Amino acid sequence: MSQLPKPDRDQLRAKYPDVFDRPAETRLATPAMIVGAFAVFVFGLVNLDFSPARLWSGLSQLGWITLMMIPPDPGSSLPAYLSALGETLSIAVLGTTVAAVLALPVSLLAARNIIPSQLLRFPVRRAFDSIRGVDTLIWALVWINVVGLGPFAGVLAIAVADFGAFGKLFSEAIEAADKKQVEGIRASGGTALHEIRFGLMPQVLPVIAGQVLYFIESNTRSATIIGIVGAGGIGLQLAEQIRVLEWQKVSFLILMILVAVAAIDWISGKLRFAIIGQRAIA
Amino acid sequence: MTTAVSILPGPQLAALNDAYRQAVARKRLRMTLAAVTFFAVLIVAAIGAEVNLRTLFTFFGNFVSYFDRILTLEDGTRVWSNPAEWFWGWRKWLWMLGETILISYVGTMIGAVLAFALNFFAAQNTSPAPWLRFAVRRLLEFARTVPAIVFALIFVMAFGLGPVAGVLAIAIHSTGALGKLFSEIVENADMKPVEGVRSTGAGWMSCMRFAVLPQVTAGYASYALLRFEINVREASVMGFVGAGGIGQELVVAIRKFYYSDVSAILVTIIVTVFIIDIATGWLRGRLFGKDSSA
Repeated sequence: MSQLPKPDRDQLRAKYPDVFDRPAETRLATPAMIVGAFAVFVFGLVNLDFSPARLWSGLSQLGWITLMMIPPDPGSSLPAYLSALGETLSIAVLGTTVAAVLALPVSLLAARNIIPSQLLRFPVRRAFDSIRGVDTLIWALVWINVVGLGPFAGVLAIAVADFGAFGKLFSEAIEAADKKQVEGIRASGGTALHEIRFGLMPQVLPVIAGQVLYFIESNTRSATIIGIVGAGGIGLQLAEQIRVLEWQKVSFLILMILVAVAAIDWISGKLRFAIIGQRAIA
Repeated sequence: MTTAVSILPGPQLAALNDAYRQAVARKRLRMTLAAVTFFAVLIVAAIGAEVNLRTLFTFFGNFVSYFDRILTLEDGTRVWSNPAEWFWGWRKWLWMLGETILISYVGTMIGAVLAFALNFFAAQNTSPAPWLRFAVRRLLEFARTVPAIVFALIFVMAFGLGPVAGVLAIAIHSTGALGKLFSEIVENADMKPVEGVRSTGAGWMSCMRFAVLPQVTAGYASYALLRFEINVREASVMGFVGAGGIGQELVVAIRKFYYSDVSAILVTIIVTVFIIDIATGWLRGRLFGKDSSA
């Protein structure tokens, strides 16, 4: 049996100082970070008033609530809930479409290959960022102040919030487009508008359509939420039933939302695939 | 020098032209049909959502002037002319903002730990049993499909008003979202180390600990940081339903028409979100290099 030569420890130690004698700071970095993170966590628990007694009574309450939710039962309000669900879907579809239609022309202004001037692009980009920085719920509250309670405020809130998101996404899609086709249009004597219409749009539109569909999907969720502050749809019903402690109706409404979201997921997945074809679904 | 372009003989060309025209016509027809369907859906949606363009036109001035009003102090001057008056409540707001960040921090931590505990069961390559995988996946799906604020509404009923409800709501939602992402990282992990560890006679636990975990921790931390960023936004509206944080102040200011307060709080929130975005982006870059910052 052959035997490996015995390693010379001192020589190895001298050869690889980083492995054998790591400085204390690198050795202690990970444990220190974990301890630090945990300390902040404990501080947070204490500061936010997590007492065991409170947790315990809350959990038993929650247990009761869950028990009372079974079985889900809409009572006599099923038609009202269905129409509220329709309202929510309408809010999502309409809000997203309005946002996309408005964002497309403006996003051209934020794309590097259309507007080369940094000076012009910068304010448009910052405007998109600021709009995105404000949550959809806050926009809903603002629009309720303007057009009153109801689903219309929800549409406008989603439209404004998504305008910011779409502006960024569209301008990125436009920047990623291939230059050659635009150059081809220019070479055959097309104007700037022709370049955008025939060189850029055919490349960009499928990507944009995919993003819009994806947003309709995620906005179905947002549209449920904005109802809670009074902007129509199924969220309004949900918040009301929670406030009056009708737990069976609450669980039914939650189930309805889950089913609707799953259905929209499925449909928009199919549509996205049909539009984008074999390309990766982003 | 001129080059003659050779043209196909007439009948052959006519056939090709015909085929081309037919293909174009088919495409146009499909586009038109799609457009008509889409507009029909839009019209139905517009009726469903009680869209009233007249209201919009009548009140659009209100929307614009709303921003004018929130940027005006009570004495009629612009807010930036007197920052001390504009941010009169900065002490309280910063305190609430700190609470908001703490809510999202604690919520993200709890969510990440729970997601960590569950994700090995949800990943295809490491799950010990198909039924367990199915159950865990459905559970995670439920946790991330129900919006956090709905959980918050229910938890406010169970745990009372205050940040506890917000933390738990964010924790559950983060569990769902992170559990899915974590399990996807595990599914992308290299399985050869697992085989190596198993060949030494190790159990499932040791396989996960010594073969999978070293590959995936960086990804976990990166996603958790990203989630923290998202949760700060989420926590800033938790106060709308009474679940703690700065949202409470904001909703009071909006509902009671304290105009300059609205803009002051909004500015504080936006600036905080920007700072946290940049800070976590920087931290992710520091910790995991440029390519994992997605």
